[in-house]
Amino acid sequence: MEHYISLFVKAVFIENMALAFFLGMCTFLAISKKVQTAIGLGVAVIVVQAITVPINNLIFVYLLKDGALAWAGYPNVDLSFLGLLSYIGVIAAMVQILEMVLDKYVPALYNALGVFLPLITVNCAIMGASLFMVERDYDFGESVVYGIGAGVGWALAIAALAGIREKLKYSDVPKGLEGLGITFMTVGLMSLGFMSFSGVSL
Amino acid sequence: MSTTIKEVLTQPLLSNNPIAVQILGVCSALAVTTSLNVTLVMCVALTLVTATSGFFIALIRNHIPGNIRIIVQMTIIASLVIVVDQFLKAFAYDVSKSLSVFVGLIITNCIVMGRAEAFAMKNPPVLSFFDGIGNGLGYSVVLIFVAVFRELLGSGSLMGFEILPLVTNGGWYYSNGMLLLPPSAFFIIGLFIWALRTYMPEQVEKPDFVISPNTENSGAH
Repeated sequence: MEHYISLFVKAVFIENMALAFFLGMCTFLAISKKVQTAIGLGVAVIVVQAITVPINNLIFVYLLKDGALAWAGYPNVDLSFLGLLSYIGVIAAMVQILEMVLDKYVPALYNALGVFLPLITVNCAIMGASLFMVERDYDFGESVVYGIGAGVGWALAIAALAGIREKLKYSDVPKGLEGLGITFMTVGLMSLGFMSFSGVSL
Repeated sequence: MSTTIKEVLTQPLLSNNPIAVQILGVCSALAVTTSLNVTLVMCVALTLVTATSGFFIALIRNHIPGNIRIIVQMTIIASLVIVVDQFLKAFAYDVSKSLSVFVGLIITNCIVMGRAEAFAMKNPPVLSFFDGIGNGLGYSVVLIFVAVFRELLGSGSLMGFEILPLVTNGGWYYSNGMLLLPPSAFFIIGLFIWALRTYMPEQVEKPDFVISPNTENSGAH
């Protein structure tokens, strides 16, 4: 249990997807003008991460890994080069299914998420979490915790940035630095702040 | 939308730069720029993938059904990225190791998707190919700028060759460790955007609120 908790804390703070690995930056910068929408997008990312990372883990372990097809009678087959294609396929399909399920059973959440749901397919934080899961050899339990943790970390970061940007629009920023430029600087400072977590040993 | 090959090649370099203006493909720009060597490999890989995926998607653009086009584009892009990934693993293993997951993340790099969706779906193959090259070059301009800064000032070298002799090796240059850390990339890109917008003022975004001039200062005293 302790192992899972420390993995979760590590995924949320020390290895924060947005501020330590810069994944999902495009949506991070583009959709962080309002706290409300930022939180909606954050929740969607958590849900999708929590589902896709474990599924990709199962696919990797039982279908793609070197010798993984032994149960089907092909012990010498190594399909790991198909990894990228199947992960992105799973992500795209999951997002599509999630969209339909939400539309049918939880229309309130579906309307709140709106256009962000399909956008998540091309969010590199999702893909990145799956690739890190493979690179670090997580087992199924770890991949569930890691998926949720990575999603929570990303959501936390975008909500914080949106809060700062809402305040920032009343300030007098030098010409040319307005908008995107000052956002980059803000994220840089936030990222510096998050670096202080890297000293935490678990 | 520009139509000649020359325009699609030169537009994205500064006036319609994918990173600074379209806000596409920022993730990898930050993560792979600690050394120039790795950056150059990444730029070449991305430019090739953008160009060839644009070509193939434009080739079959009239046969792709509208509602599954994202999956079709993804499949084409993912196949091309797998080729690049396997090629790097075979011929440049060290670089492939230091790029770690970022080669795979070219799939979700918004430049590739964005150009496929915005340009290749509406234009003929050859033009889309050059549009891909142009946008790849625009991306490379920013990446190389950031990487030169970070490697030269951060570790005193370029492409692994020592340019500024470090104090630790008996030279005079104190290396700036901050620039090797991830957050510095944000500051450098922020400054790059500032410089670009000072040079091309039409890119400046309209502020949401304009602070009205202070009335007490206007002539009363």
